[in-house]
Amino acid sequence: MAIIGGTLATLKRGQKGVIRAINSADPQVQRLMVLGLVEGTEVEHASSAIGGDPMEFRLFGCGISLRLEHARHFEVVPVGAGD
Amino acid sequence: MTSSTEIRVPANEITVAKRIDASIAVVGNPNSGKSTLFNRLTGLKQRIGNYPGVTVEKHIGLLKTDDKVIELVDLPGTHSLSAHSLEEQIAVDVIFGRMAGTKAPDGVLAVLDATNLYQGLFLVQQLVELELPTVVALTMNDAAEKSGIQVDTAELGALLGVPVYPVVATTGAGLDMLRHALAGIRELTPPRRVRIWPELTAAAERLSEDAREPLRFAELERLLIDGPTESNQLIVGKLSDVARSEIDAVRAGLFEDEPPIARDARIRYTWVRGVLGKVQKSAPAYVTWRSKVTDFLNLPVPGTIGLFFVMAIVFQAVFAWATPVMDAIDAVSSSLSGLVFERLGDSAFSSLIADGVIAGVGSVVVFLPQILILFLFIILLEDSGYLARAAYLMDRAMRSVGLSGQSIIPMISSFACAVPGIMATRVIPNRRDRIATIMAAPFMTCSARLPVYALLIAAFVPATKVGFLNLQGLVLLGLYLFGIVMGILTALIMRKTALRGPKPPFALMLPEFRRPNLQTVAIQLLGRAKVFLKRAGTVIFAVAVVVWALAYFPRADDLPADLDANTAAAMQMEQSWLGRAGKVVEPVFEPLGWDWRVSSAVIASFPAREVVVAVLGTVYAVGDDADEGTLSGRLKSATRPDGSKVFTLPMVIGLLIFYACCLQCAATLAIIRRETNSWRWPIFAWTYMTAIGYVGALLAFQLGSA
Repeated sequence: MAIIGGTLATLKRGQKGVIRAINSADPQVQRLMVLGLVEGTEVEHASSAIGGDPMEFRLFGCGISLRLEHARHFEVVPVGAGD
Repeated sequence: MTSSTEIRVPANEITVAKRIDASIAVVGNPNSGKSTLFNRLTGLKQRIGNYPGVTVEKHIGLLKTDDKVIELVDLPGTHSLSAHSLEEQIAVDVIFGRMAGTKAPDGVLAVLDATNLYQGLFLVQQLVELELPTVVALTMNDAAEKSGIQVDTAELGALLGVPVYPVVATTGAGLDMLRHALAGIRELTPPRRVRIWPELTAAAERLSEDAREPLRFAELERLLIDGPTESNQLIVGKLSDVARSEIDAVRAGLFEDEPPIARDARIRYTWVRGVLGKVQKSAPAYVTWRSKVTDFLNLPVPGTIGLFFVMAIVFQAVFAWATPVMDAIDAVSSSLSGLVFERLGDSAFSSLIADGVIAGVGSVVVFLPQILILFLFIILLEDSGYLARAAYLMDRAMRSVGLSGQSIIPMISSFACAVPGIMATRVIPNRRDRIATIMAAPFMTCSARLPVYALLIAAFVPATKVGFLNLQGLVLLGLYLFGIVMGILTALIMRKTALRGPKPPFALMLPEFRRPNLQTVAIQLLGRAKVFLKRAGTVIFAVAVVVWALAYFPRADDLPADLDANTAAAMQMEQSWLGRAGKVVEPVFEPLGWDWRVSSAVIASFPAREVVVAVLGTVYAVGDDADEGTLSGRLKSATRPDGSKVFTLPMVIGLLIFYACCLQCAATLAIIRRETNSWRWPIFAWTYMTAIGYVGALLAFQLGSA
């Protein structure tokens, strides 16, 4: 599956987005889906470490950190502009 | 079939395990307040064992009510019944009743964190499908209410089909109701099936037709989602021949070309989102003072500076607070030894008690201050949620050396002492990462290397200035850096060779900061200390006694009576097994510039590297002016039979390199054995590190003397 729009990796800090599609072939991406990063869920980019990798996202009040290489597999539709 | 009452416990503890009315598995997400609740319910009536063949700890506790004794098994935290790690696999195996030595649970206590219902319900929904009597404990209610979440427990219970009990583990609110419910779990009707995925239910029913043995829906579901994996073979064995041949076709029809785990996660979380809309009155938000701290620490640079600040405090505390206590332990053990000689006279028996047993016990107990202080901090950091954040912040840097963020705490801790550092590798979920970290940790310059460094540097490195820096200080710094470089190289090499494997999934939960519960901290700390004394302490003690015997026997009986004590001790050393061993191995160490005295001191320091200083003190204490000169003075004037100096600068540099590398520490070896559950890794680590030390010392001496 090809990702066309923005991804979790391109969300700005403080910006929210709804996951629209996931490139789920990678078992590590499947693991992230088990943790709740699935289609239809709204996530917020909360922070990132120095260099922008890994990134922290919040969904329904819980924080998950993921590496940039995995964040690229989640296509999102941004909600609002962020800061 | 073994029952849980057969787990070996000391005789004085057996009385508590004679009659058990029900065994309940305590299941929940990591960080859901599961262990705090478990400790609250069982108090000190718990014991820690190991699951067979693995290093995962088994926590069992007893819950007593007026007429019932309920056994609670605190399982490792998991997110799903599709296991991704060893810990999760153990939890799943126990739940399904296929863990050797642990009986199948009669019921489930599902721990649900009110501040993280999203992930919690994903798991609880799967637990409900087990069709076992289930009780849900809703924890962190107070925290949830503070951040504006109201949970409708009645509605939640109705949707899940199981009773939900709100509890606050820190204050004890709601615990009586929960205890009562757990005591009566056998009378509870198993929950009805929540049909959230009709196609899966239909496929499961189709597979179960004509089965050889009755199958539970949850088992069939696992088989369909995870496939006929090794751990699912038991389930496959119960199917009829027809069903067995159809597994692949049924799965293909169910999942089409999508990965099963992905489709399963999407369907279940979609259901969870629907439930959340009904039971949760407002969306969770970070509104407390903690959110301000979190926000600040989330900025990349302040967060990283904050991390180094925290680590500096921890390192300082382990180093500074432990030292006075360790000195006190040393003082007590040597005055006890003195007392033994005073009362019992000088005999083999009193020497065994004083230099063998008391010194051996001392060498075990002396590690306790560092372990307790370091673990106090690690448990506080872990329970407050900061440890996960530290791993997150350091992940990028640690990844460049083939490890992940979780390795940072064990590595830094090892600068104080590798023993608690290696014990701290439990936070690393991936086995390959964990072993690579364990192999790298002993290279960090621990506090036991300092006396060796201090003696040799003070005696042989001139205190000249290099620019505005002291050469002695520079050499010490160089040894620290050398240790770090060797550790990193080791981790890199290990991850590329023996521990080669796919990069571990890095999906770290970052919980909100919360105040740790003191009872939980105390129980965990006590557990760590017990594990160290029992599992590592015995090995350290045994090695200490063996080395004592090697130095004590055989006795040099025909020494002239007018000999001074120092020379007598040195002559005894020369003719003991240890001295003889030193002479036997002398040719091996000859190329490093060591004579038999240095060789036997190195052998004697096998249990603890700092012992080399004391043995060198004994073995070089020969001659008229032995009492006058300091140890470093005696080393400086030590000569070979041909009159040449033993301690030349290249030889000393080599000896320093040897001690920077070698694994002369019985405690570290014992703890590696304990943490990897095999002798393979400690033997490999010792051989590898000693070989590197030998080659390093050889190069330094040969190149330096050429």
